[in-house]
Amino acid sequence: MELEKKKFLTDADLPFCKGCGHNHIAANTEKALQLLGYDPMNVVLVTDIGCHGIIDKSFLTHTVHGLHGRSVALATGVSAALNNPEKKVIVFIGDGGATIGMQHLIDAAHNGFNMTVVIHNNMLYGMTGGQPSEFTPAGFKTPTLPYGGKKTGYDICKLIAAVEGASYVCRLEGISDFSEQLAEAFSKKGFSLVEVMEICPSYGVKSNPGMKLSKVIENAGLIINKFVDREVDNYKTEVKTEFRSLFSESDAIQTKFPSKLEKPFRLMLCGSAGEGVQAAAEFILKAGITSGLNGTKKGSYPVTDGVGFSAAEIILSSEEILYTGSPNPDVICVTSSDGLEYARKTLANMKGGKLFIDSSLKAPDTKAEVIYFPFRERGGAKNSSIYSIFYFLTKTQLFPMDSLLSVFNENKIAKKFDQDKMFQALNEPFVDGLTDNKKVIV
Amino acid sequence: MSVEIKENQLIMDGSELIIESLARSGADVFIGYPITPANLLYSNSLERFPSFFAAPDEISALQWMCGFSTTGKFPVTATSFPGFALMLESVNMAYMMELPMLIILVQRLGPATGSATCGAQGDLALLTGAISGGFSLPVISVSSMKDCWELSHNAMKMAIDLRTPVVLLTSKEEIMTLASFAISQLSEINLLERKQYSGAETFVPYKTNETLVPDFLPVGDKKNQVRYTASTHDQKGIIQNTSKEAIDNTKRLELKHQKNLKHHLYYEYDGEKGANTLLISYGITASASREAVKNLREQGEKVSLLIPKTLLPVAPEYFDIIEKYNKIVIAEENLSGQYRKILFGEFGNKKVSGVNGIAEMITPARITEVVLSK
Repeated sequence: MELEKKKFLTDADLPFCKGCGHNHIAANTEKALQLLGYDPMNVVLVTDIGCHGIIDKSFLTHTVHGLHGRSVALATGVSAALNNPEKKVIVFIGDGGATIGMQHLIDAAHNGFNMTVVIHNNMLYGMTGGQPSEFTPAGFKTPTLPYGGKKTGYDICKLIAAVEGASYVCRLEGISDFSEQLAEAFSKKGFSLVEVMEICPSYGVKSNPGMKLSKVIENAGLIINKFVDREVDNYKTEVKTEFRSLFSESDAIQTKFPSKLEKPFRLMLCGSAGEGVQAAAEFILKAGITSGLNGTKKGSYPVTDGVGFSAAEIILSSEEILYTGSPNPDVICVTSSDGLEYARKTLANMKGGKLFIDSSLKAPDTKAEVIYFPFRERGGAKNSSIYSIFYFLTKTQLFPMDSLLSVFNENKIAKKFDQDKMFQALNEPFVDGLTDNKKVIV
Repeated sequence: MSVEIKENQLIMDGSELIIESLARSGADVFIGYPITPANLLYSNSLERFPSFFAAPDEISALQWMCGFSTTGKFPVTATSFPGFALMLESVNMAYMMELPMLIILVQRLGPATGSATCGAQGDLALLTGAISGGFSLPVISVSSMKDCWELSHNAMKMAIDLRTPVVLLTSKEEIMTLASFAISQLSEINLLERKQYSGAETFVPYKTNETLVPDFLPVGDKKNQVRYTASTHDQKGIIQNTSKEAIDNTKRLELKHQKNLKHHLYYEYDGEKGANTLLISYGITASASREAVKNLREQGEKVSLLIPKTLLPVAPEYFDIIEKYNKIVIAEENLSGQYRKILFGEFGNKKVSGVNGIAEMITPARITEVVLSK
């Protein structure tokens, strides 16, 4: 098919060196799009950094020119947002861009995003002086690799063919007319890729005098062929139209119980991950709010989930709470050795208040009143934090026990929890004769 | 004891307020990569946003967002310093292409991976120089639960109105701490829309009027060719080296922020008559400062409080306030006083002192001490 009047390229000369394969790619793209009857306004060309990237001004389609190596990721966003296979997204990228952005190529192929990637593989970085890319074949010389590469370059077609998801992968020699192959790639649903082999007239030819492109390809062990041609499901962006708000008035907590709290109260729970510290803290927070108070709960834990300490600082106040930290809590409950280590600094600074501490631990020097109780022994490790908050409320009567029970009983934890056993355990006197601290009999 | 009926309260954290506010404002898509302490924003968006994408890395996340934004969709992400560092080149691209988007930066203790579960205010110095060449990247800082609700919307509006990426600056505790929140504080959130060019003349992608913000059309438009480029470009979006038209276009990127800043200026100023001392604070430390000021006033001390929320670009209005005082105290949770240096430079100023620290929230007591020091 002979070209009609140009529809996709301007009449100006293309901005590339004489003899550069990039010229052929641009011309063949024009022809391929004409073959398929595309309207230029239905084509988005996304270009990378490198000589090929200055083609934008020559195209009459929509054009987006981004960063080095990122064109496929950028095109992924365009494609997923348009969510319309009638809009053709084409990516022009070099071998350098494909090197730095390999993850994006694999990801786009893997997910089947609608696009055709045309790799302009001239086996070196042409824009910056002819440095090698990861596509530079063994023995191929460049200005900064005068003795030739030692390792064979990436075989991008094999790599992408190995990714389940690509609908079309082919390598071709970028000479004469390859518009039908481009048209075949453009017409595929989902992700298609064409690697066009070229030789850079400025650096490739000069560094490898007399060497023909076909010979370079042969020496590199690269096969000119179609690697993948199949029907795959292209990516479809889910756009939800119905939502539930993250919160609503029906979630509001109504005041059901009185509280005699006159000044802000700060409670700190310190235990181990997996022993219910954060859940216990939320029960106290919600119970306080049910009792007409304002509340905050700040959690602290190490980076890894389920390991090490877990601590929570709860503030309850009848006034607005501004600062949410608790450098000087009124009460600290310590239920494990991890929790004790975390609490040490705070305990050392306390000028009063109470420390409820598991009887298996030894309280450090503190001005807080120390009260031992066998939370772990009587409740088990997993329930030690829950035991500690009920114990705390029994001792402080900050708000009615019914308030905490009403919150606790709404939770699924309550279903497998023996409350009678807990209250019996909490009311049973405890005398600890095992440690040499001053003992408190409860 | 009688039960005093209080107004109905919700228990929530900042992440829920931010995401619900953005969703009601019309944000289209959340593109995320997991990182502590930003993960609640990720999971809440999955539930609440029209579209959600789990990107394979932070560079992809920002690039996908740019792609969405070129088509007229409004994208949001949330990250912390390590992820933001990877996003930085792409943020510059979005800035150059003039692509609206919101990046929620949840600060944690650095350097490097630092302590992922420990809050901080350590990224402002990075943000002030984030755009190569001395350009302003807008940064809006939340300093309360109410701000999470209102300023998220306002930050999105700023991004759309000025066609720019905007950073919503938060920290671990502002996102993760649970708190009671009165329902009456949930003001109505209006839907924001990106207006599209509808003129009869051929669309010129970077041509502007007196607002200095170009009209917008999405790529894929049926009638007009649309061009975006991250390289220096003329009004048509064609790459140029340093032509006058192209450099004027680049300079405009800063001028549009300066010119329109007054429409996006958010701060709280609690000036007390007769006070000689001004306390300045933002973000998580603002709550400690509010408490310090309350305590000081109860003790009969006179002190004023400025909480800037549009942190960058720095508004001249802040200096108008600062000039009224003989003593300035700036409290922020980083090692060397990043906003203090942005306001007063490395050389500093004799009347200015800082309350700084890392690895724990700055306490009202420490702020009080510096405010009262001679």
